[in-house]
Amino acid sequence: MKDFEFQTATTIDEAVSLLSARGDRAKVLTGGTDLIVQLREGQREADLVVDVKKIAELMEMKYSAAAGLKLGAAVPCYRIYGDAEVSSAYPALADSARIIGGWQIQSRASVGGNLCNSSPAADSIPSLIVHAVTCQLAGPHGRRNVPVADFCTGPGKNVLGRGEILAVLEFRAPAPKSSSAYLRFIPRNEMDIAVVGAASWVQLNKAGDTIEAARVALAAVAPTPLFAADLSEWLAGKPATAETFAAAAEQARQAARPISDKRGTHDYRRHLAGVLTQRTLAIAVDRANGKQPAIH
Amino acid sequence: MAKKTHVAATVNGQPVEFLCEARQSLLEVLRDVLQLTGAKEGCNNGNCGACTVLLDGLPVDSCLVLGVEAEGAQITTIEGVANDAQLHPIQQCFLEDAALQCGICTPGFIMTAKALLDRNPNPSEHEIRFQLSGNLCRCTGYDKIVRAVQDSALRMASSAATTSKAASANGGPAAVAAARSK
Repeated sequence: MKDFEFQTATTIDEAVSLLSARGDRAKVLTGGTDLIVQLREGQREADLVVDVKKIAELMEMKYSAAAGLKLGAAVPCYRIYGDAEVSSAYPALADSARIIGGWQIQSRASVGGNLCNSSPAADSIPSLIVHAVTCQLAGPHGRRNVPVADFCTGPGKNVLGRGEILAVLEFRAPAPKSSSAYLRFIPRNEMDIAVVGAASWVQLNKAGDTIEAARVALAAVAPTPLFAADLSEWLAGKPATAETFAAAAEQARQAARPISDKRGTHDYRRHLAGVLTQRTLAIAVDRANGKQPAIH
Repeated sequence: MAKKTHVAATVNGQPVEFLCEARQSLLEVLRDVLQLTGAKEGCNNGNCGACTVLLDGLPVDSCLVLGVEAEGAQITTIEGVANDAQLHPIQQCFLEDAALQCGICTPGFIMTAKALLDRNPNPSEHEIRFQLSGNLCRCTGYDKIVRAVQDSALRMASSAATTSKAASANGGPAAVAAARSK
């Protein structure tokens, strides 16, 4: 690995000022499980690496049923699925955190880092999209909020400007009779990059038999993780039945616009987008009705 | 010559201080600076787990941690697992169950297995396979490794307390052994 300067920031202002001075030549380090590999293999270059794990706000995970979740951008995955309240309020997020790499990766890797790495195949981003997360960015001109569905702009690219960092991911308070799920397809049991990933969130009526609102998002079927807006809107008011999930699968296949690569062909990915949409909707509905379906 | 940073950490219970460049991984520091060559370099990109050490009690790939990030950390490597001349039960079970051939992956497997059994003394086979999925072995086909971890759980349970107390009903090795002995 080429040498670089290393700084530990203890406040957001300090991180922003270090990053602003160097622009593209500075990189933010959270868990390092993407960044260190990219620096070592020459996919990214840095003159300065700024460790942000000593910034309290970025390491904080604050949840209440009334206010929702404020997830610091550097909180590692193991803390998310290790927290029973957060896992039960945002099941798709916990599903994702549990399968990003193996245990060694989850000890370090953060959901904020997964988002900023901006891979189209990122396991956590569909889950953030279906939970309608707001990204709080901090930069030289203060703070601004960006809906997570607008955060990624292309493979490895996002809206972060010069000197700007992702500070906090804000989740709304969980609505009654709502739940979510994330599944991905990989040819192994664990430890692989998604051929396709899908997350679904549903809110049901009191009886639990009708979908009042829904959000579906897909990974690895477009240059960025994809919010299936038309499908999500179509689901509102539909009965929570296998027929609805099957019709949703067909719409997900239409929404997907994947490429063919070493992980799968275009046709195979469109097929998977349908299958995973159907399954995550069924799981989310079961969970919203208080059931605990097996997902692995 | 690149600038070196002074780092103070605790490795295997001993306070250590070292100088390292920012680009050096914790794995390089352990092996090349501290001469602890138990952790192995396999893929050097976070897939194989041969470099697994415990960082503040959690398993990490030491190839994906910078040496400078170890400031103030508690690190346990395979060298810190045995108690003087006495092998740890996990090490003993890996030997007795022939859970290794070339041995490159073994220190990493033992560190992850230790982290697992420290938290969950009676894991099911599924839990063992899931938690060890970040460690790759190209020789054994994994069955013997899983068996060695199950046997380790039994041995650690019987040395810690009575077997019956550990034989809970979650399908873990102690429960399986209790069922077999009936």
